[in-house]
Amino acid sequence: MSKTQELDRVVIRFAGDSGDGMQLTATEFTKAAAEAGNDISTFPDFPAEIRAPAGSLFGVSGFQLHFSSGEIYTPGDAPDVLVVMNPAALKTNLKDLVDGGVLIANSGAFVEANLKKAGYASNPLEDGSLAKYRVHQVDIAQLTLSALDGTALSTKEKGRSKNFFALGLVFWMYGREPETEIRRITQQFAKRPELGEANVKVFKAGYHFGETAEVFQTVYKVPPAKFAPGVYRNITGNEALAMGLVAGGHLAGKHLFYAGYPITPASTILHSLAKFKNFGVMTLQAEDEIAAMGAALGAAFGGAVAVTASSGPGIALKQEAIGLGVMTELPVVIVNVQRGGPSTGLPTKTEQSDLFQAIYGRNGEAPVPVIAAKSPGDSFYAAIEAVRVATRYMVPVSLLSDGYIANGSEPWPLPDVSKLPRFDVHPRTEAEGYFVYARDPATLARAWVIPGTPGLEHRIGGIEKDALTGNISYAAHNHERQVKVRAEKVERVAEALGELDLRGDPSGDVLGIGWGGTFGALRQATEELRAQGKKVSHAHLRWLSPLEPGLAKIIGNFRHVVVAELNSGQLRTILRAKFLIDIEGLNKVQGQPFKVREVVAALDARCGEPASTSAVASAAATTAPAQA
Amino acid sequence: MSDPAPKLVKLSKKDLESDQDVRWCPGCGDYAILATVQRTLAQLGVRRESTVFVSGIGCSSRFPYYMNTYGFHSIHGRAPAVATGLKVARPDLDVWVITGDGDGLSIGGNHLLHALRRNVELKIILFNNQIYGLTKGQYSPTSKLGTRSGSTPSGSVDHPLNPLQFALGAGATFVARCTDTDAKGLGAILTRAHAHKGSALIEILQNCPVFNDGIWDAVKDDPAGKQMVLADGKPLTFAGGTMGVRLGADLRPEVVKVGDDGVPADQLLVHRERGSAAYAYLLAGLLHPEFPMPVGVLHSEDKPTYESMAHQQIADARARQGEGELQKLLMSGMTWEVGADGTRH
Repeated sequence: MSKTQELDRVVIRFAGDSGDGMQLTATEFTKAAAEAGNDISTFPDFPAEIRAPAGSLFGVSGFQLHFSSGEIYTPGDAPDVLVVMNPAALKTNLKDLVDGGVLIANSGAFVEANLKKAGYASNPLEDGSLAKYRVHQVDIAQLTLSALDGTALSTKEKGRSKNFFALGLVFWMYGREPETEIRRITQQFAKRPELGEANVKVFKAGYHFGETAEVFQTVYKVPPAKFAPGVYRNITGNEALAMGLVAGGHLAGKHLFYAGYPITPASTILHSLAKFKNFGVMTLQAEDEIAAMGAALGAAFGGAVAVTASSGPGIALKQEAIGLGVMTELPVVIVNVQRGGPSTGLPTKTEQSDLFQAIYGRNGEAPVPVIAAKSPGDSFYAAIEAVRVATRYMVPVSLLSDGYIANGSEPWPLPDVSKLPRFDVHPRTEAEGYFVYARDPATLARAWVIPGTPGLEHRIGGIEKDALTGNISYAAHNHERQVKVRAEKVERVAEALGELDLRGDPSGDVLGIGWGGTFGALRQATEELRAQGKKVSHAHLRWLSPLEPGLAKIIGNFRHVVVAELNSGQLRTILRAKFLIDIEGLNKVQGQPFKVREVVAALDARCGEPASTSAVASAAATTAPAQA
Repeated sequence: MSDPAPKLVKLSKKDLESDQDVRWCPGCGDYAILATVQRTLAQLGVRRESTVFVSGIGCSSRFPYYMNTYGFHSIHGRAPAVATGLKVARPDLDVWVITGDGDGLSIGGNHLLHALRRNVELKIILFNNQIYGLTKGQYSPTSKLGTRSGSTPSGSVDHPLNPLQFALGAGATFVARCTDTDAKGLGAILTRAHAHKGSALIEILQNCPVFNDGIWDAVKDDPAGKQMVLADGKPLTFAGGTMGVRLGADLRPEVVKVGDDGVPADQLLVHRERGSAAYAYLLAGLLHPEFPMPVGVLHSEDKPTYESMAHQQIADARARQGEGELQKLLMSGMTWEVGADGTRH
């Protein structure tokens, strides 16, 4: 008889061949954790190859899930439990498993050929090298075949169900309710009921194996987390972003037009929006990235809330057309789901290395507002905000996400749509006194006048225009004036921004600054250090251009300022230039998110240290009050 | 637009002229084209506010500035993409694209290909002068082999592209050709293109007096002898009906004398605008000096447009699912409620 042990939190990672179905297994297990009321955070990590050669190290696909009875911000630094389907998965993931952690190995796959492919000279399950872990050898492949004995499926088809055995096993280990999952499998395979039945059989076999096999003595239970009251769902960043775009169009009182070209990890935004046709959403799979941006501009000229999305390489292709949007002052949202670069780089891995590209990536001086989503659920609000600013200021807005939050998921409290503030956009129809570049004195936006409006026929284009009439003008001072006003317009966005997202005191020893998807790791690290009494604060920048005014008020109040980002120091460079302070960097360019402990270590190391001389000198030189 | 359309006022050519100074070189073929477009649109009774000219980069792409309609002078090669977005978002508008042999067939070849393939209802006018004008005279994708230019002092070594065969290959549903100074012929083609429900590609043989002066003179100076005016259902003839084109051995077209000292008229190819794709391609391949240049409508067919099908899908989804409700959308998938005690119910 097994005993039940209660845990606060568990980090579990599933790893196998990219064809082993580990993403599905983990996604299903995530749903079960969410259903059980845990707080969750996930991190799918897979190679760019769709079905890499079986057993190869580079073909290993993983999915980490962190579920907890308390609030969590990240998918966890290191797994407590590792499920591996073959030697290659063990080889590439074992280094992360905590000492004493649980290792479940599909022992049947540890045959000579696979061991060789993974570079093992001897079988790690037998040579004692795994002594510091709690190893459970389960011949998942064979048990799966046995469970399906007597069915009409081929051996190959039977083998495909093995991920459901693993799923059943972990369901038992964590005391999850199997009935809901059985219903879900049946529904998912409604069109192939014979496969659905097989998967249910194997799932049950896995569950019962846990129950009956003597090897597992403990069932672990992670009690539900406390959440703020409300209705919740589990959501990935790209799903939330797509819904946020629809919401943005809705709140602006306009239809949404979306043009995109398939690219990892942005494609699922197009997939989602293509399903929202009954919202009047128009989607166009363009012939290339440039066309997608061009079509978005055309639709914006026509009066739609226009959006395109891509990832780094695609954004590079769009840049000339984004510049045209800056010049013609049309409202467009450009989403960049960042991935590792340069060039094709690391298509399925995360990075924050397109900040410079977003802010500076065009010819001439072509500033655009830049906003970054901080979490899967926040992508919804960031998308609305991007639409709001684009239409209010008549400017292309760059919305940054990244592979980590795009594919990651979390429980998300659903907003009450009727309470989201509307920002209805009314294009100008009054012909009297209209000039193409006459500006709203508050926002500096030109009027949006859309074709079909009688008496307001006008021409726009990429050539420099007279600052009032919009006629072609190469006049020296007019050009300088226009360059300045386009920059000033972006700066004006700062006037309507909310409070800086600051955790901790406005002065202290260390200020950690982050942006985008690193929010969770920085916030968690800050909480941990503050719980120890350290004078650490965390400022999260939602807007990268213009910079949030709240930052200037506090940045000089810390002995150390550390910008943590998944690049070689892009925001740090910008902040150093802006504030003339010796800002330090915590940088990681490995295609992987920060671990909380990395951030804790970097911030903690500076807590006891005196400020560097240059930091003191430069901080004193700024107008902000310096505090030691 | 949902607002009731204002009463249609009869327009004159002057109403379609913008207040901008036209900046093309003296003697440029673009002047004649601009005048014919303005006159024809006035005759067609278009609404200025519902007409949009979109262009890329190049001499011809300045065109929208001179039209008193809505206009968008975009970037090099991308006009078909911009126009596609506009037309899909606003099918109610009359969208024209102005491009050239460099803009449309070189840097923007991909966009032109796909706009035609999708059959977006754009009226695309391609000014072909076989040269890059705005960048001062480099050879273009339509320049003949051996063209000497600033970038090819020893003569170009790439084979030229045939714009109409390109368009047909892309699946264009309306393909026509005319010369820049033939106001009557161009007016007739523009009228036909305007009525066509789908993408239209019109190649205009246009003169650049500065960098490629007279490149079409041989064709333009002897319209009877060097141009073959196409008429649907009529044999392919020229030179006052004394000469014609028939299909010879190996499916090769050949020029023949017609009549008593030549071949009987019933041996000539008969022009069918709605003929086979193979015929249209063959016709588009008749080039001066081996053949008279066919002018008029080479090909026309009916196919559903991209935007009509896209909007039909939206209408169908609304009919099936009802108008989208955002709150419902957010609730889709698995949801759960957390009560006042902070736990799940």
